[in-house]
Amino acid sequence: MTIETTTTGVLALILIMTLVTLATRFGGVFIMSYVRISPRIESFINAMASSVLIAIIVPMAFGGDAGALAALSVTAVAILIIKKPLPAIAAGILAAALVRYFF
Amino acid sequence: MKNTPYSYQFQPAKVRSELIRMFPISLFVVAFGAAFGLAAVQKGLGPLESLLMSTLVFAGASQFAAIDMWGAEVSVIPVMVVVFAINSRHLLMGASLYPMLKDVSPAKRYGLILLLTDANWAVSAQEYQSGRRNLEVILGGGLVLWLAWIVGTWLGVYFGGFLQDPKSLGMDMVLGCFLLAMALGGKKNPRVLVAWALAAVASLAAWKWLPANTHVVAGALAGGLVGFFWLEKKPVDENAGEEPE
Repeated sequence: MTIETTTTGVLALILIMTLVTLATRFGGVFIMSYVRISPRIESFINAMASSVLIAIIVPMAFGGDAGALAALSVTAVAILIIKKPLPAIAAGILAAALVRYFF
Repeated sequence: MKNTPYSYQFQPAKVRSELIRMFPISLFVVAFGAAFGLAAVQKGLGPLESLLMSTLVFAGASQFAAIDMWGAEVSVIPVMVVVFAINSRHLLMGASLYPMLKDVSPAKRYGLILLLTDANWAVSAQEYQSGRRNLEVILGGGLVLWLAWIVGTWLGVYFGGFLQDPKSLGMDMVLGCFLLAMALGGKKNPRVLVAWALAAVASLAAWKWLPANTHVVAGALAGGLVGFFWLEKKPVDENAGEEPE
């Protein structure tokens, strides 16, 4: 099934994307409203929550260029040393820009 | 259950302070949004259509992916699959906030989650791990991020030329660096580290061998299993996480 990108068609596509995204935002909360939160489920949720971040970042590092790797490494070292997110992020972005400029 | 009042006390002042806290990050989101606006008009979307998409969908990575599939005709099912796959992390993110969201009324709960996105979720989830309950950042942070995404798209649509190559400025790494800072700034114990290791391996394996865009969910579920089978030993308190601020 295809939709022509006329004005109506584009509006329909945007609406479809909106509904699909809305389903992902609502879905997890909706399903959880039927789950009793035992200590085991709570533990699952907590481990899953911090793992989401790792599962986004690790493939990003492996699939990225030298700039991406530099950004993530510098951010990691900076956050562990100075413990302040914003300077650490700024340092990471600067590292990516520098690496991409010089290499 | 119907008659119990919802115990989460929403603090308007905290919503404001969280909005201000997320402001610096939202500046980067403006740049990311501008890159999207530029890409959208280059692919043939109208200015208002691009703005409408950013306003309603509010999920950057999936919007870029959809725009990539744009043409004179667009196949509906592939777009739906890609948008769902990229945004499926929202399912887990929303679920992870449920221990807090259950304490607000359903109307507020689903209203709040409309503004759920990576950055404000990462702050809230990280604070929850440290025993603090912060739904205000979902609202305040979400609002400022949403506005930044719309303003950025608008800038990109009309003045896209100033951001021809956001990658050369490292702008594509803003979110990655932010999420990494949140992860490493959070609670670390042997259980978390084992979960991370398994999540890393599973996400890489999924990224290499499973269909595209499944790696986040695969990695997160694998990490979650560590929590499921390895419970933290602590004095039994049924009300964990419900202590007053």
